[in-house]
Amino acid sequence: MTEVIKAKEPFRFYTRMHLSELTGLKASNLIQLLELIKRVPGSCIYHHTHRFLQQHQYLSPEPPNDFAYWVTEILGEDELGEKLASIDTVEYTSIHALRQAISITIEGYLEENILAKLRFARSGEEFYFIKSISFIVPTSFVVYDLNSFEEVLKKITMDSIYFHIFEARLRLERKNNDFSNWLENSLGRVKLANEISKLDPYTRTLDGLKNKILELINIYK
Amino acid sequence: MAKIEDYIPIVGESVINDLRLLADRLKGRLVQHINSTAVGGGVAEILNRMVPLLNELGVNTKWDVIKGGEQFFEVTKKFHNVLHGRIENITKQDFDIFMEASNYNINNLETYGDIVFVHDPQPIALINKKKDNKWIWRCHVDVSNPYEVVWDFLMNFIIKYDSAVFSAPSFSRKLSIRQFLISPSIDPLSDKNKELPQEIIEAVLNKYKIIRNKPIITQISRFDRLKDPVGVIEAYLKVKKHIDCQLVLAGGSASDDPEGLKVLEEVMEKSKLDQDIHILLLPQNDIEVNALQRASDVIIQKSLKEGFGLTVAEALWKKKPVVASNVGGIPLQIKHKYSGLLCHSLDGAAFELKQFLSSPAYAKKMGENGHQHIKDNYLLTRHLREYMLLFLSLFHKEDMVYL
Repeated sequence: MTEVIKAKEPFRFYTRMHLSELTGLKASNLIQLLELIKRVPGSCIYHHTHRFLQQHQYLSPEPPNDFAYWVTEILGEDELGEKLASIDTVEYTSIHALRQAISITIEGYLEENILAKLRFARSGEEFYFIKSISFIVPTSFVVYDLNSFEEVLKKITMDSIYFHIFEARLRLERKNNDFSNWLENSLGRVKLANEISKLDPYTRTLDGLKNKILELINIYK
Repeated sequence: MAKIEDYIPIVGESVINDLRLLADRLKGRLVQHINSTAVGGGVAEILNRMVPLLNELGVNTKWDVIKGGEQFFEVTKKFHNVLHGRIENITKQDFDIFMEASNYNINNLETYGDIVFVHDPQPIALINKKKDNKWIWRCHVDVSNPYEVVWDFLMNFIIKYDSAVFSAPSFSRKLSIRQFLISPSIDPLSDKNKELPQEIIEAVLNKYKIIRNKPIITQISRFDRLKDPVGVIEAYLKVKKHIDCQLVLAGGSASDDPEGLKVLEEVMEKSKLDQDIHILLLPQNDIEVNALQRASDVIIQKSLKEGFGLTVAEALWKKKPVVASNVGGIPLQIKHKYSGLLCHSLDGAAFELKQFLSSPAYAKKMGENGHQHIKDNYLLTRHLREYMLLFLSLFHKEDMVYL
């Protein structure tokens, strides 16, 4: 029987619930969209690049972000929609960098497609900017080793997994997801931590992501 | 009345545990809901279910109702209509009547809550009693295109609240106070949405002489021009040219609404064009609505204007493919081609109905996606969670709140 390695620091699971705050800001065309993307709070950019992932988790893989969806379905700019949908969110470790990538993509498209400036959304179909307000609550689950970590992971809510994978890395700018951070720094499980880090969580359902992490734990246990 | 644990088999224990976590953070605070009626209407319906559940979770919640005479409610109905964009003559006398009743309530209704939660325009002026407690105004009306004179009048009160809540992003405006998006919800355990035995569904079909020998298209709505029942018949007739099917238009009686009666007459006249059109004047009977939705092959909601359009959520909850207009809160419930089909015109509606009727596997997938979307986002449990988060937001101004 292998010896159970105890972590230097325990891992506490948190959960995260969110509320959508309206801004009253809306865009009818690409110029307005771009201008607002550049100046709205980071919580808006976060909301519109992650909302679909949470609300439509059963539709993944590759859920579009709100910008891509609106540009495609409402403005009919399929090519730009595809470019926005394929922005590799996992490559960015801050909202600031993600915002820039989105802005540059739209600017580049507008330079090459001048007529795109003339397309307007119908009344009522404008892009409405919304902020994501996160409420982070500690759960009662605290673990010291890989086995207990695995057991809790099996039963924890999707909101908790969402918080530790997406919100911690990008919104709290921890550079890496919480699971990999703990596995590497407190438990010394570098390989497992790296494998989880390498996953692109944006191309999976939350349920699929959870199963993949459990599968990796089993391989590296 | 359902208990909170009755929802566990539907949404899972972890969702209910999260509600308990939030309720713990609200211990010691008293929430007071205020609206204009204890029975009838969507607001009363939701409060009747929510208030007991919040109390059961441990959030001390009370509910009070303002008083107002016939004249006051006639004025507030006019306000409601013009906020929806309808044109009506609003006079100075109307505003005087509104303020007279409001002043009576200001003097006679005690606002004792730590959080006072005011629903809709009728009690809005109570904000003039605000002391150091927190006040929320919840707008259930589509105010995307309101009559500005009335909206400006209401704004005098709105800006005194701590926060406002709207049902759809398109209802929001630039405001000097915080505003949140909270959609209404359906209760999966209510008569309108609970599972029904096949015998009940068959009995309802028999009662209305509907034979299931061809696909059924249904719209559940009162006979109101904004629900476009005549347009539904026209779309159906276009479909009927290619696919043998039947149409059910079912809604509440319109006996107290002269315009509704006129619409009903037009619908009856139009329905003579096809023998497979069933016009059902239903009394308030949630089980029958439930049965008709469950017996249908496709649900249509071809509204010209909608507050939120909960009939769409009801249909999706029953895994039905839905064709619906892209108005009000409907696009929140349906992502085009993911969880249903959105339309902008009569021809579009007819085309999409044909698509569903000729592609059952596609229709089934849309219905299943829709069901999951409603389960994740539009059930009463989500509504409870967001209301508790809303209460907590009154005491936290930041975007990331650690509780």
